[in-house]
Amino acid sequence: MNEKKPLIEVNHLKQYFNIQMGMFKSKPLKAVDDVSFSINKGETLGLVGESGCGKTTVGRTMLHLYKPTAGSVSYNGKEIKTKADVNEFRKKATMVFQDPYSSLNPRMTVQDIIGEPLDVHKMYENKAERREHILDLMQKVGLNSEHAARYAHEFSGGQRQRIGIARSLAMNPDFIICDEPVSALDVSIQAQVINMFDELQDELGLTYLFIAHDLLVVRHISDRIAVMYLGKMVELADADEIYNRPLHPYSKSLLSAVPIPDPKIVRANKRIVLSGDIPSPLNAPSGCPFHTRCPYATDICSQSMPEFEEIEKGHFIACHRAKEIN
Amino acid sequence: MALLEVNNLHTSFFTDAGEVRAVNGVSFNLERGKVLGIVGESGSGKSVTAYSIMQILASTGKIVDGSIKLDGQELVGSGEKVMKTVRGNKVSIIFQDPMTSLNPTYTIGKQLMEAIMLHTDRNKKEAYERAVEMLQLVNVNEPHKRMKQYPFEFSGGMRQRVMIAMALACEPDILIADEPTTALDVTIQAQILELMKSLQEELGMAIIMITHDLGVVAQMCDEVIVMYAGSICEQGTADEIFYNPCHEYTKGLMRSIPTANTAGKKLQPIEGTPIDLLNMPKGCAFAPRCNAAMKICIKERCQRMQINDMHQAACWMNVKNDIQEGGVE
Repeated sequence: MNEKKPLIEVNHLKQYFNIQMGMFKSKPLKAVDDVSFSINKGETLGLVGESGCGKTTVGRTMLHLYKPTAGSVSYNGKEIKTKADVNEFRKKATMVFQDPYSSLNPRMTVQDIIGEPLDVHKMYENKAERREHILDLMQKVGLNSEHAARYAHEFSGGQRQRIGIARSLAMNPDFIICDEPVSALDVSIQAQVINMFDELQDELGLTYLFIAHDLLVVRHISDRIAVMYLGKMVELADADEIYNRPLHPYSKSLLSAVPIPDPKIVRANKRIVLSGDIPSPLNAPSGCPFHTRCPYATDICSQSMPEFEEIEKGHFIACHRAKEIN
Repeated sequence: MALLEVNNLHTSFFTDAGEVRAVNGVSFNLERGKVLGIVGESGSGKSVTAYSIMQILASTGKIVDGSIKLDGQELVGSGEKVMKTVRGNKVSIIFQDPMTSLNPTYTIGKQLMEAIMLHTDRNKKEAYERAVEMLQLVNVNEPHKRMKQYPFEFSGGMRQRVMIAMALACEPDILIADEPTTALDVTIQAQILELMKSLQEELGMAIIMITHDLGVVAQMCDEVIVMYAGSICEQGTADEIFYNPCHEYTKGLMRSIPTANTAGKKLQPIEGTPIDLLNMPKGCAFAPRCNAAMKICIKERCQRMQINDMHQAACWMNVKNDIQEGGVE
């Protein structure tokens, strides 16, 4: 791995959506609320959280698929501001989507799907060059180049995800946002695709933001892991650190809720089962968003949002009572 | 006598492309009060096995052969009238997706009461009381208020609780749970699994837990069936399956899950893609993807063999030595 230099920096990123409440009223839905982190070159940052916590929105806002409400994204130390910046950035940063069924156009052949980014950014001199590049990509992700003229529906889920990955590699990116890339796949196929992400990273020196809700998968692939809850980042640390010693009460319960495929461990472990549901992000609780379900909550938790601070080297956490409860 | 005896079950779907043999000779017994897990990938026939027991197959599907005995009573070919007394009363099912399995146009109360009134001779008032009681049982707070609400006012976890309440309202002997927590988040999944386990201990019903998540199996099940391409490849107690897998597919499955020990290492996936049920090979269905496949695997399907009292597997690897010595033809 290269020397530690942030490739991507996200600073106080906010993404609010206005939700219409009746004819004249609208209310902001704070999908992402003041999130900051950086990703080093060649690193994989895992982003976990439950549905509706804003992890996908973070990924999309980083690519400026949504215009950020506030905050900034920097690439290689340069802030992305103008439309030209965004265009340049999107050549270097791409995305793999969750659902290999709906993210591929059923009316396009595989070679056109993979070649579309090349067409958009006009990356080739002539047809032959385009074709060569596409076949090269297909080979990289383990697809048979004879299948270039087929349509997406002729492939299985795992192969479709390979097509999606080939498309994301077309621009020779440095950075790929993987939005739940394996959650629609069966376990045996999932392992194939995870290995491929690993190999591509070694081969091409890629940097990943790996968004997923399957914590076993995230732990396997990530160098560092960030945990989100209701639009806020609550903890960020090295993968091993966060698994062995989670400090935030939410991370603790999230990790203990993961069903471990080993009956003896299951019998030995005591799980922290949270009561209640995740509050709606439209009516997010005041103060720390987790205080309504937190077993350690006190008055201060409902009054003010704790700072996201580095309490140990490389271990960030947002909790008022972090020192007392650990 | 076991509560449920499934014997040599064959279920096929007759499509334009041909006969799809979704379930191919499945046999198992379920004892009272036990939790049986059925695991497998998509298309392995685990859900179709469950739907065959309930006889709620799609119109193209048909039980071609085999027998399903509930409490000694034969269900295959018993007719719709008998099945109506079985469904809901003796065997209930909860589905994967709590978002789509409730009717959005009726209140929760109405849907619960409908189920209760259909299967018992309670009148409206008694059914209402029973429904409230069931909601309390599955830890839905403010049940009287909740009875008047519509499904869209419930979260995913809450809807799954309602589904469980509905399934248990008539105190079935068997609850079939078809991927009950797949659509839910992990913290909610933990709540629902905890609830199912405690209700199972309280009410003493048997559960058939259909899932692809080995973690859920480890947590919930006494016995486990592993399915591949419509057949059972391995069956045994949870400990036997997890610590002494005797079928190459199960072994591959266990190897391909990321765990604490695999961080930073390569996973060992099962190569290839799942089988096409329209073109089943003559031999072992897993042989094309199996690293240890031998000649006999391609030629002939392995019958289930007894590994020990608590464990059966259908894999030639278990008699590899005998084959090499010429003991098996």
